[in-house]
Amino acid sequence: MKFPLSWLKDHLATTASLDEILAAMLKAGLEVEHVENPAERLAAFTVCKVTDAQPHPDADKLRVCTVDTVDGTKQIVCGAPNARKGMTAIYAPLGAYIPGLDFSLDKKPRKIRGVESSGMMCSTKELEAGDDHDGIADLDEALKLGTPAAEALGLDDPVIDFEVTPNRPDWLGVQGIARDLAAAGAGGFIDEPVKKVSGSFDCPVEISLEAPDACPVFAGALVKDVTNGPSPDWLQARLRAVGLAPKSLLIDITNYISLDRARPLHVYDADKLRGKIIARLGRTAETLDALDGKTYEITPDMCVIADASGAIGLGGVMGGTSTAVSAETRNVFIESAWFDPLRTARTGRTTGITSDARYRFERGVDPSSCADGINQALRLVLDYGGGTASKIKIAGEAPERTDRVVFTKSDVTRLTGLDIKTAAMKKTLKSLGFGIEDTGESIFLTVPGWRFDMAYSADIVEEIARLEGYDTLPTTSLPAPESGKRAVTTPIQDRVRTARRTLASRGFQEAVTWSFMPHADAKLFGGGDPALTIANPVASELNQMRPSILANLAAAAQKGFNKGERDMRLFEAGPVYRGDGPKDQRTVIAALVRPVAARHWQGNTAAYDPYHAKADLFAVLTALGQPPTRFQIDAPRQAHWHPGQSACLKLGPKVTIAHFGALHPRVLKALDVDGPVYGFELNLNALPLMRAKTTKTKPVLQKIDLSPIHRDFAFVVSDNIAANAITIAAHGADKKLITRVDVFDVYQGQGIEPGQKSVAIEVTMQPIGDALTDKDIEAVSDKIVAAVVKATGGSLRR
Amino acid sequence: MSETTTIESEALAAIEAATDLSALDTVRVAELGKKGRVSGLMKTLGQMSAEERQDMGPKLNALKTRVAAAVEARKTVLEDAALEADLANDVLDMTLPPRREPTGTLHPVMQVFEEIAAIFGDMGFTVAEGPDIEDDWHNFTALNFPEGHPARETHDTFFFHPQQGDKPKVLRTHTSPVQIRTMMSQKPPIRIIAPGRVYRNDWDATHTPMFHQVEGLVIEKNIHMGHLKGCLIDFVKAFFEVDSVEARFRPHFFPFTEPSAEMDVKYTKVGESIEIGEGDAWMEILGSGMVHPNVLRNCGIDPDDYQGFAFGMGVDRLAMLKYGMPDLRPYFEADAKWSRHYGFKPWLTPSVSGGLS
Repeated sequence: MKFPLSWLKDHLATTASLDEILAAMLKAGLEVEHVENPAERLAAFTVCKVTDAQPHPDADKLRVCTVDTVDGTKQIVCGAPNARKGMTAIYAPLGAYIPGLDFSLDKKPRKIRGVESSGMMCSTKELEAGDDHDGIADLDEALKLGTPAAEALGLDDPVIDFEVTPNRPDWLGVQGIARDLAAAGAGGFIDEPVKKVSGSFDCPVEISLEAPDACPVFAGALVKDVTNGPSPDWLQARLRAVGLAPKSLLIDITNYISLDRARPLHVYDADKLRGKIIARLGRTAETLDALDGKTYEITPDMCVIADASGAIGLGGVMGGTSTAVSAETRNVFIESAWFDPLRTARTGRTTGITSDARYRFERGVDPSSCADGINQALRLVLDYGGGTASKIKIAGEAPERTDRVVFTKSDVTRLTGLDIKTAAMKKTLKSLGFGIEDTGESIFLTVPGWRFDMAYSADIVEEIARLEGYDTLPTTSLPAPESGKRAVTTPIQDRVRTARRTLASRGFQEAVTWSFMPHADAKLFGGGDPALTIANPVASELNQMRPSILANLAAAAQKGFNKGERDMRLFEAGPVYRGDGPKDQRTVIAALVRPVAARHWQGNTAAYDPYHAKADLFAVLTALGQPPTRFQIDAPRQAHWHPGQSACLKLGPKVTIAHFGALHPRVLKALDVDGPVYGFELNLNALPLMRAKTTKTKPVLQKIDLSPIHRDFAFVVSDNIAANAITIAAHGADKKLITRVDVFDVYQGQGIEPGQKSVAIEVTMQPIGDALTDKDIEAVSDKIVAAVVKATGGSLRR
Repeated sequence: MSETTTIESEALAAIEAATDLSALDTVRVAELGKKGRVSGLMKTLGQMSAEERQDMGPKLNALKTRVAAAVEARKTVLEDAALEADLANDVLDMTLPPRREPTGTLHPVMQVFEEIAAIFGDMGFTVAEGPDIEDDWHNFTALNFPEGHPARETHDTFFFHPQQGDKPKVLRTHTSPVQIRTMMSQKPPIRIIAPGRVYRNDWDATHTPMFHQVEGLVIEKNIHMGHLKGCLIDFVKAFFEVDSVEARFRPHFFPFTEPSAEMDVKYTKVGESIEIGEGDAWMEILGSGMVHPNVLRNCGIDPDDYQGFAFGMGVDRLAMLKYGMPDLRPYFEADAKWSRHYGFKPWLTPSVSGGLS
């Protein structure tokens, strides 16, 4: 909302400076966004008097002027054809920035064709203050030397732009702004009632209200024999100052009253009305050719203004072209009605119409302002457009505001810590227009018609606190919490932190990517649920909630590679979505590598491969206190993984906690990513929770003096036997004694039948208590061999 | 006498003269070996009379010990020399590069989340979370956004397609629904912060369709707006790691707080970057207020028993202000160069005791 300071002063008696007004706005909660102050921009320029003007000796078109200025008498060479002796003009001193020319004058006098010139005389165009082409500004002689140019040009009126919060529709009128600023101490509110205009004949237009919920009150009046020419200069200037183009007297008057009192009106060319005016609900198959040049389909939910010809407007939103006023309009019918905010908002949303009327009605217009609005309009129409006014006809009744707020005085201290005397509270509330009935502990308050945000005692507390000034609030640090010893973060958050640091320390860069992705890509990763498709995406390729982070990381890695990055290693910890319920979101950590083998003088480093991905995953699990060996490894259960070079980690038959390995080449191709690409995705929610320990004390260290014993075995097995079938079987031979089983060789080739492989393992045994004899070791070895042979169908390699 | 003296001086000279281990060994055999000269002298003891033996025994034994010690000493010297000679031939070019290890980084937003948690954790807050996909009730209605009210439209909400006549689900437009979820599931006293992703349908130079907020909520018996002010000033000082911050609170409107306030802090522009705390201009950094009685009631808390404050702030912007990132958009592009420049070292863990950054 924009308003010029001079307009505010129609409603606020004040001597406050602009800065004081701005401070009062800040205090009252009117957040200033911008102040356009021409006086500031034109501060360097002042009124000067030309005492002499002689032709330039060497140039026909130039004059050498002697000028009395604030800086003394100056010689100024001027090229304007209208420069003359005795002229009152605008002086720009040396060094001044000329906004219209976008340059600054030299700081020292310069010679123009050999004659020294100190400064400049300006046109209004050069000051961006007008449009004159005839030469320099030729001002009223009465202006005194040194008068600021802004004042001389009538441009000393700052325009303030501020944010109107949705709870304060009364700030959409300058009068409402003045009321708050007066309450904030910036002046006195000029509370002059609107004078009634007495009509000389009965309004001939019948008004019928068929939908009282939608339009409970409708005031109308007719003015005969109007001239709808241009509006007066002062009105045009005010509209221009707030960025509205003047149109015609009748239109400008409605816009003016809307801005002055937040009271929307509408004007009809009475000669184009057919029969009576009806406010009713829409009918199916009805349409309206609206004033914005578009045709709208009307629904039965909308409030329609109609006459015998059908819909002629959408109540509170926009009028129609069929009854629009024009330069030829002689008889005008003025509407001042009240429309239900919610219905107006719905109509606005359905049609997409944004208008000043809708903006005000959906936020709330004072229902009791119908008569004032029409009286104010009639006065202006009669004053500037002539004609004869009818009596005002009011159909229906303004919905009565019966809401009263019970304000508990002690709530001010309870909620704000402020200590404010009752008299001061009452003064503030009175200045805001509340009706007050003090009962001691509480005050019963009648809410003024222009306020829609007052229901509870806390609402009143805000009014009192803000007008007292939030700077007077105490500053109190929080007391120590009532309950102590709670962990700050949840176990899942701790997992995220640890996992992120583990991967970053292993060379991965952390990414944060969109939670949404293209629907087609989401399908490749097992997503695409219609419940997770965004109906109004910001871009069509960001319309599906992601089922996995890997697609985003793969695209980012490819983008990095295209920009010349060698080895992209990315990870992200964040949400993926299985459904739209509150429990369907998972926190996962995904890592992805688009590898490039690095050359090195000691021999090239092995490129990242699926086993590196497994190592990174296992490192994360280990850091999270989840021994990787507790999980089972199985074939991948998601289609975006390479069928032969990936796997999942399971906890029992049902819970999958992670996938790792190579991504499916077909998926990469669809994403336009060059493979191979490796990675993992770990569901941090699926990991089992560590049992909460009752004590922080660790168990006593069991001292074992005996050295571990290592024995190697090689087995020949069919090459479709998984390596962990051997290690699990070996481990199972004596779970107490055997602490580790490591594969150290896998061999196929000479000496091994085709279709077979040799897998060599090292078994570590840790004797506890008694040392192992050779016989003991032999017995365990036999058990190991028997177990592996039984599990794999293979044989010990001899 | 003279023979023993001669043998000793000759032996010691020969030992000293040995230039390598094999020469030394030859001397050792010649003197101390079974047939060596010193061994020969020792054998003469057997033929001596008892008195002679008593005299000569200790002398010869001492002689043998001295020669043996000299051999050992020389051996150490020669071994050292041999090792040095070997090592002189076993030289690596230590200027050659080791294998390159990729450098990992942490994202500034995630780091700043942790900084914020550290500060509020120290004030007794715990970290709460809620889902990104919310229903209309949690995102709006419970937070006192009236149905159909224009306040809802200021949020540029992302909607899902409505299912079976229900109101469409939304992507949460703020972290405030976590206030509701927290108050619905736990009893006061409550002190939580809720960091997370939020979404609005807006994409230009200063807006992204996804961004990050931290919500804060304190519900106790006697918490008033002075605490809100004190708590948030304490936070801003700790976050920007400055001794003092000039802050002001302005009235504003949020449906879910009453009274409501926005907080501005003073700042100075220094070159391209910004210093928070003092200066000649104000910058808005967060919205806050006393929790609206309707919100408390919607969550089953009696506003006559409990009261408190809530606040919400944009984390991306806080990170930009603190760490001087000029542009929001690269946050979400996973750009390697940006990460190397603005990312954090893997083991930097923010804490109040150890410093945030």
